[in-house]
Amino acid sequence: MTAQAMTNVGTPVSESFEPKIVGFLCNWCSYAGADKAGSSQTPYPPNVAVIRVMCSGRVDPQFILDAFHKGADGVMILACHPGDCHYKEGNQRAVQRYRILLGLLEQFGIEKERCKFDYVSAGEGEKFVRVITEMVDTVKGLGPLTLPVRAY
Amino acid sequence: MAQKPKLAMYWASSCGGCEIALVNLNEKLLDVDAHFDFMFCPCLLDTKISDIEALPDGSLAITLFNGAIRTSENEEMAHLLRRKSKLLIAFGSCSSKGGIPALSNLSSKSDHFGTIYLDNVSLDNPQGILPQTRTTAPEGELELPEFYERVRHLAEIVEVDYFIPGCPPEPHQIWNVVEALVQGAQLPPKGSTLGGGKSTVCNECAHRKENKTIKKFYRTYEIVPDRERCLLEQGIVCMGIATRDGCGALCPQVNMPCTGCYGPPEGVLDQGAKMLSALGSVLDIGSSKDLSDQQISGRIDAAIEGLPDFAGTCYKYSLAASLLGGKSR
Ligand code: FES
Repeated sequence: MTAQAMTNVGTPVSESFEPKIVGFLCNWCSYAGADKAGSSQTPYPPNVAVIRVMCSGRVDPQFILDAFHKGADGVMILACHPGDCHYKEGNQRAVQRYRILLGLLEQFGIEKERCKFDYVSAGEGEKFVRVITEMVDTVKGLGPLTLPVRAY
Repeated sequence: MAQKPKLAMYWASSCGGCEIALVNLNEKLLDVDAHFDFMFCPCLLDTKISDIEALPDGSLAITLFNGAIRTSENEEMAHLLRRKSKLLIAFGSCSSKGGIPALSNLSSKSDHFGTIYLDNVSLDNPQGILPQTRTTAPEGELELPEFYERVRHLAEIVEVDYFIPGCPPEPHQIWNVVEALVQGAQLPPKGSTLGGGKSTVCNECAHRKENKTIKKFYRTYEIVPDRERCLLEQGIVCMGIATRDGCGALCPQVNMPCTGCYGPPEGVLDQGAKMLSALGSVLDIGSSKDLSDQQISGRIDAAIEGLPDFAGTCYKYSLAASLLGGKSR
């Protein structure tokens, strides 16, 4: 954990902080999963701005960094389960990029919890709600993200 | 005789390599001299800043500004030369994207001062003296420029007309630009990159590409690369795929991986992210079906062990202009 993450975790963040989270959701799985959660009227926090993509493999790492650059406090990528990607290996590429990205974020002093990759299928409405809720709680605990390019 | 247009070159936070690149025009430097009054260049000429200050605004036809903005002096000179120049050109990687000096954006100013002045085995500074912008000495008050928290590239400070990439820019590319300017050729829209291509270094590289995937990454000392095959496909982090062409692929030509000095290719926002995307695509950890999340992560992490300093490798010349810009505080 970075020094900054530790200070953030230790600092009580005002209850009023509502994190902005960008979620890239694969059309074939997690987007449908989100729909399922919606149609079964399961409540979940409204902090995630959803961007539908045709496959998690379409999520260029530039999108993730640009989301942070433009003010996101957290970014999520939700993909089809391993072996279930409609384009065969899109999700594998996505997770490979994600693992490299975590090391990069650490070097830039951004807590790795601010970027999450997970697998949510079309049927997993409940998992979708759980993953989103946990992410919102985690980022709330970390507080707002301050980047030098915005702060300077 | 009509007065020749004035040409200036200035170094901010830089190494002097850009000036060497200009001198590497060799005999063509005489042509530069024939067309321009090369009147300001602290590395090569003895004109003073006060001479520039004395000129009416807009008197310099072209200023080649190299180096990043680390100190208040660098910033002042950027403003002065912007005022005095018709065309202000960010010359080289540091000025265009932050270059090597911007790698320091991964640490804070206090980290730097701590390592340089306070906490280092080779130091003897019991009083913990740090540089001050003003110090009173028996001889009078001494001034030093302020050391900023973060290194910036030129366009963060002033409007830049054109960018010439490279660490340093290749002489033939410098010449192409000078020649176009001399001939009054139609220049591309403001803010364009001159003296570089629009594609990637791979476009100019002769190594054979076989569209192979790789099992792990190697650091350069761990492997003797095949001279004909694409370096990246051999597991070496060659930045060619995420770097603008125009250099002639000089490094891969001699089996050195590209380190990315020409910056991101046209249309790419963030060089490191582009490289990350490519690395994530060529990696092959085998089928992940029936593996748990942890097993998949474990396999990937083992394969990317050879990438110990991703930011330093993939943002070597472009960190100041990256989307994250430096370490978050
Ligand atoms: S189609 Fe869902 S991750 Fe590729």
